[in-house]
Amino acid sequence: MTSLTAPEKAPPAEPETPQSKRSTVARRLTPFGYLSPTVLLIVVLMVVPIIMVIGYSFRDNVIVQPESEFAGLANYAKVLSDPDFLAGLKNTAIFITVSMVAHLVLGLAFAMMLNTKLLGGVTKALFRIVYILPWLFTIAVIAVIWRLMLDPAGVLNYVLQTLGLIQQGVDWLGDPGTALWVVTFANVWSGYPFFMISLLAGLQGIPGDLYEAADVDGASPIQKFRHVTLPQLRPVIISMAVLDLIWTSQQFALIWMMTGGGPLNATEVLSTFTYKQAFSEYEFATASAAAVVVLLLTMILAFFYVRQQRER
Amino acid sequence: MATTVKTRRTLAKAGVLTGLIIGALFAGLPVLWMLSTSFKGNGEVFQTPPRLITKGFSFDAYLEILGNGAQLRFFLNSYIVALSVTALTLLVAILAGYAFSRFRFPFQKTINAVIVSVQAVPPITLVIPYFGLVVALGLYNTYPGLIVTHMVFTLPYAIIMTTAYLNTLPKELDESVKVDGGSSWTALWRILVPISVPGLVAVGVYTFMISWNEYLFALTLTRTDDMRTVPIGIQLLMGQHSYEWNQMMAMSILGSIPVLVLFLLFQRRFIGGLTSGAVKA
Repeated sequence: MTSLTAPEKAPPAEPETPQSKRSTVARRLTPFGYLSPTVLLIVVLMVVPIIMVIGYSFRDNVIVQPESEFAGLANYAKVLSDPDFLAGLKNTAIFITVSMVAHLVLGLAFAMMLNTKLLGGVTKALFRIVYILPWLFTIAVIAVIWRLMLDPAGVLNYVLQTLGLIQQGVDWLGDPGTALWVVTFANVWSGYPFFMISLLAGLQGIPGDLYEAADVDGASPIQKFRHVTLPQLRPVIISMAVLDLIWTSQQFALIWMMTGGGPLNATEVLSTFTYKQAFSEYEFATASAAAVVVLLLTMILAFFYVRQQRER
Repeated sequence: MATTVKTRRTLAKAGVLTGLIIGALFAGLPVLWMLSTSFKGNGEVFQTPPRLITKGFSFDAYLEILGNGAQLRFFLNSYIVALSVTALTLLVAILAGYAFSRFRFPFQKTINAVIVSVQAVPPITLVIPYFGLVVALGLYNTYPGLIVTHMVFTLPYAIIMTTAYLNTLPKELDESVKVDGGSSWTALWRILVPISVPGLVAVGVYTFMISWNEYLFALTLTRTDDMRTVPIGIQLLMGQHSYEWNQMMAMSILGSIPVLVLFLLFQRRFIGGLTSGAVKA
């Protein structure tokens, strides 16, 4: 694979004679030489596949059959009227919104505690490592950890029963009423550290004299939080929130490994629906239509992200 | 007066400490439970009352995994894929970062915007055409198929982070090479890359982590057990031996060690690079 990326197309290392036309052209082309592996990879890995998936979505019998035929919007009609897809849409909305809000609240709370001036640096460093822990495990591991914790005979049920909060063991992942919430909880647990790290960096970047000025005005801690901390963190919070919505909407492994989209379609999200259409049902055309819908929804979110970045 | 201020300070300190401990329990207990379970006998996993250290405490689950060729193959595959992805990503990102940092050229902003937008394309959208392409090119169930497709995740971040790092280096450094008659190519590899090692390490660590952890492409673009990576290996363990929980936890811990070690070694650089990449991208 090195041929794809080796710097063969690197700029010619010829000596430059300042005024000659040839060297001006060479100099103009130089940056494109450096960019050529990137451009090639982006064309192969993004541009072509997106064109392909859009093409598939308007055809029938793609991939599995050598000959496919034009199907118009039939695949889209099929997807958009599929109750599992609609359930997936609703579940995805709940999953990403709750995750994002919880990531933000926990990330901010933990970042503020870690930013305290009341504790020593070593203590804070130790806590910081513990707080980052969930983020260091791959999603497959996180799914396995929470399946262990949430098992009907597992430690979580034991603790809740001992505390008298529930009467008998709950099958958290097997009950359609709770499955989506506990999957979301696992996602919250695994994802807040990224918010925390960014918000901690943001907090450390707030000039101290803003707080001193607030102290002079006799502001309470809550007022300082509302009128100094939050406005200063606003740009970071908005970027992180939109990025998180994009990332969480793409979550597949966690749900696939915790519930497989079930029970029934209680935890079906757009990614598990699309995956099942393609790799369980071998309906690649229908899957492509769903994949294009997912792409469009993501583009709407990405549009807000880019616009927000431009404003900064 | 002085005592009330002091009392208030002590109270505040106790409050923060309590909050931090509750948070640490939330973050750390599941990890501790995974660790504890990996040392239990499988019959002890769901015993009541639950114990952190049981009578059957042993390293058996680890020995079982490490003594099993099929499991070790998952690790070998993950190392081959993740290291190749890291090397290739760094190479491509250094060249691209150099172009963005040191040159002004037409369509610069457009190309940059496309690179940033790659991050937002849903993997589930890409996996369908990737499957078609990889099968058509004969790369299904091979390392190259997995390595190249992983770069769609690693490249945008790596380019953004490398560009940001190179932007912090003064332009006089490479100008001096050109004054001496050297090409931009020489300036990049002789001057800029050697002094960018700290930044590139952060990029490399992040790239390795993404590839090591990737699940969807590894699931769909490989088929046979001898091509599977660690995340899929963990999942296979889940079905294969109707819930050998202790082995699943041992495998999870063994599979997390490379990332944990890298993170602890490069924590500072890594977080610095990451936040500058994510927030100022």
